[in-house]
Amino acid sequence: MAGVIYDHVTKRFGEVVAVNDMNLDVPDKEFLVLVGPSGCGKTTALRLLAGLEEITSGEIKISDRVVNDVAPKDRDIAMVFQSYALYPHMSVYDNMAFGLKLRKTPKPEIDQRVKDAAEILGIEMLLDRKPRQLSGGQRQRVALGRAIVRNPQVFLMDEPLSNLDAKLRVQTRAEISKLHQSLQTTFIYVTHDQTEAMTMGTRIAVMKDGILKQVDTPQKLYDHPDNMFVAGFIGSPAMNFFETKLSGTAEEMYVEGPGFKLRVPPDKTKALKGHLGKEVVFGIRPEDIHDRDFAPPGITAEPVTTMVDVTELMGSEVYVYLLSDSKSFIGRFAPRTSARVGKQIDAGFDMGNVHFFDRSSEKTIR
Amino acid sequence: MATSDERVPKIMKQGRVVPWLYVAPALLIMTAIIMYPAINTFLLSFKNADGTLSAASACVPGEPCWGIFENFRYALTAPIMQSAFRNNLLWVILMVGGTVSMGLLIAVLAERVRYEALAKAIIFMPMAISFVGAGIIWKFVYAYGTGRVQIGLLNAIVTSLGGDTVSWLSQPAINNFSLIIVGVWMWTGFCMTILSAALKSVPDEILEAARVDGASEWRVFWKIMVPIIMPTIAVVVTTMVINVLKVFDIVYVMTGGNYGTEVIANRMYGEMYISHQSGRSAAIAVILILLTIPFMIWNVRRLREQEAIR
Repeated sequence: MAGVIYDHVTKRFGEVVAVNDMNLDVPDKEFLVLVGPSGCGKTTALRLLAGLEEITSGEIKISDRVVNDVAPKDRDIAMVFQSYALYPHMSVYDNMAFGLKLRKTPKPEIDQRVKDAAEILGIEMLLDRKPRQLSGGQRQRVALGRAIVRNPQVFLMDEPLSNLDAKLRVQTRAEISKLHQSLQTTFIYVTHDQTEAMTMGTRIAVMKDGILKQVDTPQKLYDHPDNMFVAGFIGSPAMNFFETKLSGTAEEMYVEGPGFKLRVPPDKTKALKGHLGKEVVFGIRPEDIHDRDFAPPGITAEPVTTMVDVTELMGSEVYVYLLSDSKSFIGRFAPRTSARVGKQIDAGFDMGNVHFFDRSSEKTIR
Repeated sequence: MATSDERVPKIMKQGRVVPWLYVAPALLIMTAIIMYPAINTFLLSFKNADGTLSAASACVPGEPCWGIFENFRYALTAPIMQSAFRNNLLWVILMVGGTVSMGLLIAVLAERVRYEALAKAIIFMPMAISFVGAGIIWKFVYAYGTGRVQIGLLNAIVTSLGGDTVSWLSQPAINNFSLIIVGVWMWTGFCMTILSAALKSVPDEILEAARVDGASEWRVFWKIMVPIIMPTIAVVVTTMVINVLKVFDIVYVMTGGNYGTEVIANRMYGEMYISHQSGRSAAIAVILILLTIPFMIWNVRRLREQEAIR
């Protein structure tokens, strides 16, 4: 049981800076998800913690011990790899027992721990098999089992679900969350999938180009993103962004975009005062754009006249691709919407849940 | 399928005859240059020195005689032949062990060197030299002079360090080792290349998983790398065993089999072209083939297994 601290950690591969001055404090027992697009440095950050890459500068601590110069085998961590990395010449049992045997754990204890882990994961009947005789999902479980038996201080997972099919992924996602609850150990989980991040993480660390963009709970990241990148990355479909201009007065402020001019609710005007008359980026999530005829009661849905470009029926909702003055954006409408392709429709923007970003710094204006 | 069947000319259809048609040229050539000589050799091994009479005709009254197997009696019991078998066994143990272990060691170490390709190319280079060329190069290395000036590299080093010159190639206690070192020098590159390719096929993530699991580099090597590439190691070992059983050139060029360095293949050559005993030579050839066959069968089986795994 231990927390993990990244203290001004930088990793360079030649000219490329993979991780840039990363500061992150992961308390004990947290499920931290490192998320970002491919090449953002999240896997490198994890490998630095595992000891599989050398830190260029800065310090990494595991339970207050600086581990920069500690070999992976002495860090008391377990890692689940994207390819599972099972030992092909060993049975499932031996795959799971390998780490314990290396630590000279007594045989009866190895036996007990392997059997316990196998039971948790439901792979007791596979213990004698070789990895190549297993399906992808089973291999994934063995990889998890190999980590569990070690009872490490920190679990590291590098995109462990990305090789599974969609259904199995959702199922395993929940199982890993459950596992975290029952093991009560620190998990650090790398993924490029924001859904995984949102559903599993106690906290999420969003990375881009080696820089940590924001670290917070899923709900806070979603409701209060610090910058345009986080706002666009978290949430599916992604947040709509408009190039707009703020007009009016400090009391009665308007946001003018392509084909619309909307009243900014009074509670938001204070933060925006400094940007009055300037260009800002206006962001609104698809679920905050309603079909005006069916807008839920009690929200300030400002009207925008739009053309329906494409509709995608998802069952419980419809993704409607709308055009306002040839600027395309997405709304998540209730299925009873009257929106039909090629028709004009009145959309309602819920101004209570909109975001404003500085155009040059891309930071949230608050 | 039906339409394509109609378009294919009748002769091209896979029947019983067509496959044979394709295989025939190869079969004819192999029959002429492998099968016929092999059968002839086998028959010759039961004949006398010039192949005119039965081998039994060479029997001397009052001395041991195996009748028609007389040539085999010579091949298996003559002191010079027994020395050849002993030496060949030494060759197999030391050269196969030496080339495979050195090859594996270098393959593992080269992966951690910045100029991996260059390092491996240099180690592989002796393979590009003919055996005879290698023999001559090493004859210079081992050269033994009685004068004050030593032109042999090894003896030059020994004398410069104040030691006495050593006759590397004629001193019975060491000359076999001197020859085997040449073989190891030539073939290590071959083993290294094949083992290195096998090592590269082991995914990095598996090695990393082992390291995180708590394995030292030593353990990673013995518990993960070696078992995973074991099928390849087995193929390299058997290939080398076959190679070494047939060793001839190095011995022929460097000592001619003298001073107790005789090996089976050199004996076979000697009986044929020096002693003009074609029957004995054929018998030795048959024994050599019989020795290599089990390794060949095993080798082919392992290769098939390996392909099945892939």
